[in-house]
Amino acid sequence: MERKFMKGSEAIAEAAIRGGCRFFSGYPITPQNEIPEYFARRAPEVDGFSFRQGESEVASVNMVMGAAASGARAMTSSSSPGVALKSEGMSYIAGSALPMVLCSVMRGGPGIGSIQPSQQDYWQATKAMGNGGFKMLVFAPHTVQEAVDMTYTAFDYAERDHNPVCILADGCIASMMEPVSLPEFVSDEDIEKARDKRNYYITIGKGKHADGKHVEISSGAGRVKADVEFMKSYGDIGADYGVRGEVSNRSMAAMFKRWAEKDVAYEEYMMDDAEIVIAAYGTAARVSKAAIAVLRKEGIKAGLLRPILVNPFPTAAFKSLDPKKIKHILDVEMSIPGQMLEDVEHAVQGAIPISTCLRSCGVIISREEIVAAVRNLK
Amino acid sequence: MEKIYSRTKGLQAPFTGGFCPGCFHGVISKSVAEVLEEMDLLDRAVCVIGVGCCCICSRYFDFDKMNAPHGRAPAVATGLKHGAPKDTVVFTYQGDGDLASIGIAEIMYAANRGENITIVFVNNSTYGMTGGQMAPTTLIGQKATTSPYGRNVAEHGYPMHMCEVLNQLGAPVFIERVSCDSPAGVLKAKKALQKGFQNQLDGKGFSFIELMSSCPTNWGMTPLESVAFMREHTLKEFEVKNFRDR
Ligand SMILES: Cc1ncc(C[n+]2csc(CCOP(=O)(O)OP(=O)(O)O)c2C)c(N)n1
Ligand code: SF4
Repeated sequence: MERKFMKGSEAIAEAAIRGGCRFFSGYPITPQNEIPEYFARRAPEVDGFSFRQGESEVASVNMVMGAAASGARAMTSSSSPGVALKSEGMSYIAGSALPMVLCSVMRGGPGIGSIQPSQQDYWQATKAMGNGGFKMLVFAPHTVQEAVDMTYTAFDYAERDHNPVCILADGCIASMMEPVSLPEFVSDEDIEKARDKRNYYITIGKGKHADGKHVEISSGAGRVKADVEFMKSYGDIGADYGVRGEVSNRSMAAMFKRWAEKDVAYEEYMMDDAEIVIAAYGTAARVSKAAIAVLRKEGIKAGLLRPILVNPFPTAAFKSLDPKKIKHILDVEMSIPGQMLEDVEHAVQGAIPISTCLRSCGVIISREEIVAAVRNLK
Repeated sequence: MEKIYSRTKGLQAPFTGGFCPGCFHGVISKSVAEVLEEMDLLDRAVCVIGVGCCCICSRYFDFDKMNAPHGRAPAVATGLKHGAPKDTVVFTYQGDGDLASIGIAEIMYAANRGENITIVFVNNSTYGMTGGQMAPTTLIGQKATTSPYGRNVAEHGYPMHMCEVLNQLGAPVFIERVSCDSPAGVLKAKKALQKGFQNQLDGKGFSFIELMSSCPTNWGMTPLESVAFMREHTLKEFEVKNFRDR
């Protein structure tokens, strides 16, 4: 495994290439410019790879939709207002059951906000990336290494589910440099083999398919074709757009349920004897770990419950916190208002008191603030 | 008896219609399918369908096809062309609201990059599917539901001439405006389409074919009246000609 000192953005791009990404399109926006720049530099060195600078975020995500439809592993990245512009395309991609990866590097908001790191797009990423009620697996890295590993495997998840996958990073993860171990390159043959096993959604531009028919990729009913197992219980549903769309959405709902059962991932950090639990993800979790080290020296038994994926949310893990043991939960986010806070509250159902330690619009939360917030908990 | 004419294999049976009577989308989509069949491209073509009455084509076209968001077909085609096998013909089929209004950026930049794709652009001077609102191509004085007193220059500016606009760019290799209002016009249109697809097979780059059309339903005319209106007014504003053939 290759070991390198890399900037988060560039490491994410390299991990994508190693994970089989063969098409990238993006549009300049800080703090993620190094992602498209890296892809542009690497493009001529990677067999079969194409890079396009889109004329906008709108165009970029649509280029990725086209590339995904042809069967190429494809990716786009952007930051807050740019991700907002991608939402129409993301909805079409989900409706068409196409796999792709979106890297959302959060900055301050709303509106133009600030170009500094923030976590103000949690709701956007986890609840409503676009119209129509679709959702994505949302990975939330708290180190550059984690961003690499998540991006590398994101394409497998996207193809497993025939659905877009989101890497939810922030300006800190994208801008900081850390040593990383880079995974091996997956080969085109490996990708084909993995797809065959999964009954991969046939792609267009390759002539007639096994059933002797040409392919139509359309938004709204894509899952009808993608979710072969699910469709077995429905038999022939005909070509009525309304019926197809509704069945497609049932398949989507079933997928969300599977995620909640199988794909939840979280880290318990110093939780064994914890009396204070910090709830945080991404950069806020990283800083929280540093705060916990200080608190532990003072004899305060603090721990961290960190969602590794923020969708599906580790609801059960929060729900099972023992109110007899845990005196308080501190929700730490770089967002005002707290956004993940609502998911924590929903899970805990009032059993344990919850306080917050929040910064926003580009202010990076400090270790000292978190330490002080824990000390102040009554 | 000898069968000398039959439905193209490029249109799925049963072709029961879906376009309004007198609408040129019918003859245009049929021409596209016929040309693809004649060029033996039905198993190698992908149509990226825009949003508008062109969507109705997705029921009939019997070759690979996909629906793009409103106006974004040239961007989708750009990505699709990348991943598809090299000999795939990727083309878009878009209306004038789709291409010249909401999708103006996508068409300009696909053209300016010289993407090796083909654009089939159907200009009927209105937003057909949504009920006849003013389009970028609506004629001066022409009434629409959002220009109920007729398009006027002071408020709405002039009709957009997409062939002329794209003809300012360096990269496109083929730009032609045709009209299907007569059998001779249909033959010319088919020639232009063929050229557009052939350019792509030859790796030459971006081809743009604008096909003039009517919308009897939203123009509030009979099919015959709409053809007469087209000849008298529309085709005077939008000159039928080849702009570029490299
Ligand atoms: C983002 C978005 N905005 C608006 C619409 C509504 N819409 C559907 S069809 C259409 C008009 C298309 O008109 P045109 O491209 O001229 O094609 P025609 O129907 O005339 O053939 C519009 C605006 C949409 N589907 N998506
Ligand atoms: S509404 Fe107009 S463009 Fe649409 S099918 Fe009818 S006549 Fe054709």
